[in-house]
Amino acid sequence: MSYAAFDTWWWPYLFIAIAGWLGTDIWRWLGVLVGNRLSQDSAALTWVRAVATALLAAVIAKLILYPTGELRTVPVEVRLFAVTVGFAVFLIGGKRIWLGIAVALTLLLAGQLLPGP
Amino acid sequence: MSTPSAQRGLHWFLKGARGIVSLPAIILMSAFVGFCGFAVEAGIPLGETVFMTGMIWALPAKVLLVGSILAGVSLPAAFITVALSSIRLMPMVAALIPEIRTEKTPTWLLLFLSHFIAITAYVFTMERIRDVPREHRVAFFAGFGITVTSANIVLVAVIYSTVANLPAMVAGALFFLTPVYFLTSIWASTRDRAGHIAMIIGLALGPLFHQVAPEFDILYAGVVGGTLAFFADRLWTRREGK
Repeated sequence: MSYAAFDTWWWPYLFIAIAGWLGTDIWRWLGVLVGNRLSQDSAALTWVRAVATALLAAVIAKLILYPTGELRTVPVEVRLFAVTVGFAVFLIGGKRIWLGIAVALTLLLAGQLLPGP
Repeated sequence: MSTPSAQRGLHWFLKGARGIVSLPAIILMSAFVGFCGFAVEAGIPLGETVFMTGMIWALPAKVLLVGSILAGVSLPAAFITVALSSIRLMPMVAALIPEIRTEKTPTWLLLFLSHFIAITAYVFTMERIRDVPREHRVAFFAGFGITVTSANIVLVAVIYSTVANLPAMVAGALFFLTPVYFLTSIWASTRDRAGHIAMIIGLALGPLFHQVAPEFDILYAGVVGGTLAFFADRLWTRREGK
């Protein structure tokens, strides 16, 4: 029952609907039911928010350390250096998001264009 | 239905929709260009790629689904992979809902709108929602979520045939944009100390758990990191109080 299992036009769509749509939206629906019971500024909400933030942070770290697509061809040292300096400049520069992104992207591209040692 | 309140609602819906020209939306669209390139490379046809964009919406889940299709895994295996990686949506939605709903907001509306919640919509909304009057927050979120999702569906359909010509270095930079944007914007939009502690612990625990339990790394890092951050914050507050 893989994606290429049946030679019909609708099978890939059904595959995507079950694995992709159901696989993501059940959590969103559960989140609504849980969130509906949380009152604002309660300790439980602070905890849920902390868990959500830690989850996102883990996603970020994984996207940088174990990337997909073309980013895999960029050495890990270059990726880490670019994001670290970018984040430092973001903090020093008054938390300007665009500034941190611009610095990190520039360093990532420069790290590939400049000849290695 | 042209009562003043409905008009105000429309006003805030459109205000949310205008978020399509914000930095988060533009970065997300760049990331979708990157994803579209990945889908083309993987041999996913146009119709299926567009369908995926609208039905899943969360970018990491789509990347994983394409990866599962490439690996030729069975439907139950693909479902489990996507579902495990998407558990993170639950605390995100649970944290966002108390910010936007009022006592009168029907649950079916929230269930419908929750589909448009992914990392970008979460970050965008958390950053701006305190400036929106509570009774119009659902409209504001709906305006942003529906507009950005629709725009990316159209974007993927339009660029599908040309995206393969993207230079490798640009494609790599597009994949890099997303984590850097998340890192800076989540840090900037987090107001409580517990959130900042959670961020730091999560960054460290993500790779750590990846070594120990690669299939559940995000989940473990989130629950363990978030709980540690929560108690660290309590302890800190108690010390300050003394």
